Amino acid sequence: MAYAAAAHDDTDHKPGFFTRWFLSTNHKDIGTLYIIFAILAGIVGGALSGLIRWELAAPGVQIFAEGSSVSLMGLVEQSSHGYNAVVTAHALIMIFFMVMPAMIGGFGNWFVPIMIGAPDMAFPRMNNISFWLLVAAAVLLVMSMFTDGGPGIGFGGGWTIYPPLSTSGHTGPAMDLAIFALHLAGASSILGAINFITTIFNMRAPGMTIHRMPLFVWSVLITAFLLLLALPVLAGAITMLLTDRNFGTHFFDPAGGGDPVMFQHLFWFFGHPEVYILILPGFGMISQIVSTFSRKPVFGYLAMAYAMVAIGFVGFLVWAHHMYTVGMGINLRAYFVAATMVIAVPTGVKIFSWIATMWGGSIDFKTPMLWSIGFIFLFTVGGVTGVVLANAGIDYSLHDTYYVVAHFHYVLSLGAVFAIFAGFYYWFEKMWGVKYNEFLGAAHFWIMFVGVNIVFFPQHFLGLQGMPRRYVDYPEGFAYWNYVSSVGYVITVVGVVVFLAVLVEAAIRRRKAEANPWGEGATTLEWTLPSPPPFHQFNEPPVIGPDHH
Amino acid sequence: MSHNAPSDRPPLSALARRNARVGLICALGLTGMLGAAYAAVPLYKAFCQLTGFDGTIRKAEAAPSQVLQRNLTIRFDANVRDMPWTFRPSQVSQEVRIGATGLAFYKVTNYGKTAITGRASYNVVPEQAGAYFQKLECFCFNDQTIQPGQTVEFPVVYFVDPEYATDFETKGKGEVTLSYTFFPVESRQAKAIATPSPIGGAAKAGL
Repeated sequence: MAYAAAAHDDTDHKPGFFTRWFLSTNHKDIGTLYIIFAILAGIVGGALSGLIRWELAAPGVQIFAEGSSVSLMGLVEQSSHGYNAVVTAHALIMIFFMVMPAMIGGFGNWFVPIMIGAPDMAFPRMNNISFWLLVAAAVLLVMSMFTDGGPGIGFGGGWTIYPPLSTSGHTGPAMDLAIFALHLAGASSILGAINFITTIFNMRAPGMTIHRMPLFVWSVLITAFLLLLALPVLAGAITMLLTDRNFGTHFFDPAGGGDPVMFQHLFWFFGHPEVYILILPGFGMISQIVSTFSRKPVFGYLAMAYAMVAIGFVGFLVWAHHMYTVGMGINLRAYFVAATMVIAVPTGVKIFSWIATMWGGSIDFKTPMLWSIGFIFLFTVGGVTGVVLANAGIDYSLHDTYYVVAHFHYVLSLGAVFAIFAGFYYWFEKMWGVKYNEFLGAAHFWIMFVGVNIVFFPQHFLGLQGMPRRYVDYPEGFAYWNYVSSVGYVITVVGVVVFLAVLVEAAIRRRKAEANPWGEGATTLEWTLPSPPPFHQFNEPPVIGPDHH
Repeated sequence: MSHNAPSDRPPLSALARRNARVGLICALGLTGMLGAAYAAVPLYKAFCQLTGFDGTIRKAEAAPSQVLQRNLTIRFDANVRDMPWTFRPSQVSQEVRIGATGLAFYKVTNYGKTAITGRASYNVVPEQAGAYFQKLECFCFNDQTIQPGQTVEFPVVYFVDPEYATDFETKGKGEVTLSYTFFPVESRQAKAIATPSPIGGAAKAGL
């Protein structure tokens, strides 16, 4: 077998279809695969949330009841377990198969090598493995949704998979399949993280020092460290669940001296860094976009970078604020309250620096900027309710209510998703080589912005009134705001349809993309390349001057 | 490619070697965290034993020398999981001076057709009292085998450490509940025979 280095001399030689997309080692092609995967997963996860909002539009059990139209089609099981299984699948798909692939696998793969002036990722073949492991994980999760769980079809114990509900509560194989899905998704992310860390440490172009890297690269680097340190703990915890279920161990079973609360500690030691994994790349993208469309370098570059480092670090020290109600001592709760609130400081540094970047700038309200400002607003709302929930005393009554649901959807469903759309429009021409329609893009933003706020803002009221999460039904008193929330869902669906229209319109019209459509504000290296970039870029590394970033 | 022939790949470049080094360090970090997840199991147990965290109660060697004037009400609770046993405390509650040694009894009857071995796990509420509620003698220190139809009365010798009255988390609390749950020792076989009690099982066990 001869080493085929010579085949790569021609920078724009592309392999055939199968080799290019199924055996790909090109960071841009793998990034594209991740983004397509994330869009498909987002549509599935969004459809599942549609089932939830449809069911909750009115009190009583409608679509998860005997003989409902949806259950007759075989889409859902006709029971409250069916509802729980849908909620669980919605969460797992959105977290592991939509947000993470889009931000880290998609934009990270596409732009981290380009932004640091590298020709590709450090381990291109491992990059390919990362992607296809994720596909395998998605297949396992979908299988789990249609397999016997014990109480019914699929696993219905929530994405937190707490025992004993995930051990003796779900005796069927659906939970085992879900565990394998998480194993593979975790392996995929860990391999990706190792790849990013190596690429960013070793493959920067001459002059691209750590303190000159674009903030998006910083955010992916920190995210990669969080993945590397947090995901093995999840892998350990779910392996213990697996052996508890199938091989007679008692890690979480008091009958053999185990403790189910220990699972919660392990899970949230992973779970809290995980929510920062979901949002940090978004922070990075928003920094690039706000700076580009204000035509100013980002305010407080170093503070922005180290604020993310601080968020990542403190994120490992606050896990038990998800479990105030397990009966911790007051001193322990006081510590977790204080540590949690400390996170508001670096987060505030970021919010105020974005505003200061815009301040006095020549702001251009193009679609990516609309999404970014929308992100800053929604993330701030979610952050404020987060500070409320950080208080153990208040959390005692708000724990597992819709207030929590509203909080994390404001920071993730709205925050992370708005950041993804911001990045998608920002790099649209660069990635696809065609322009999107500015009017449709703005319409997509405004419809989504109105829609998601109508979905989630009323859920604060429901939570404060005491409506608990993860129930198929609710009393008459919660009917009004639930109805409003479901109306918001319909508006959001219209927004998603407009998004698909943007894609179709751009694909049909095929307006030729410019290398840099955003003008002087776009200073990072991807804008020095044509759109789309050549199949192999930076074979001669660019040299970066001292005023870069 | 045969094993003996020298590889016809070019030697690794300096960059590839540096990449391999960083990748290896990352893999070490990953293995370390995976190990830490498993190390958390004994560490968590040791931590609970040491501090009485989460209502864990500990085995003591000697009764305290000091007895306070203040009385505490100790309540007793008993549960069984997936076993044909009845398990009840012989008294609902006891009044005990803080620091004084108390003696309580639990009664177990095996209504099954075979001898069964059980193991009791235990807990106190409020959880913060776990640090101060200590036992000198308890059936929960060993596995217990009960013959079919046999009734056994087990003593529990316990005391509440005088520091209970000074800790700000416990000093206002006048009641402590001691709870036991008996589990079958061969839990896997027992589970296969008994009808599965998915959610209720845990709830009955008072978790």
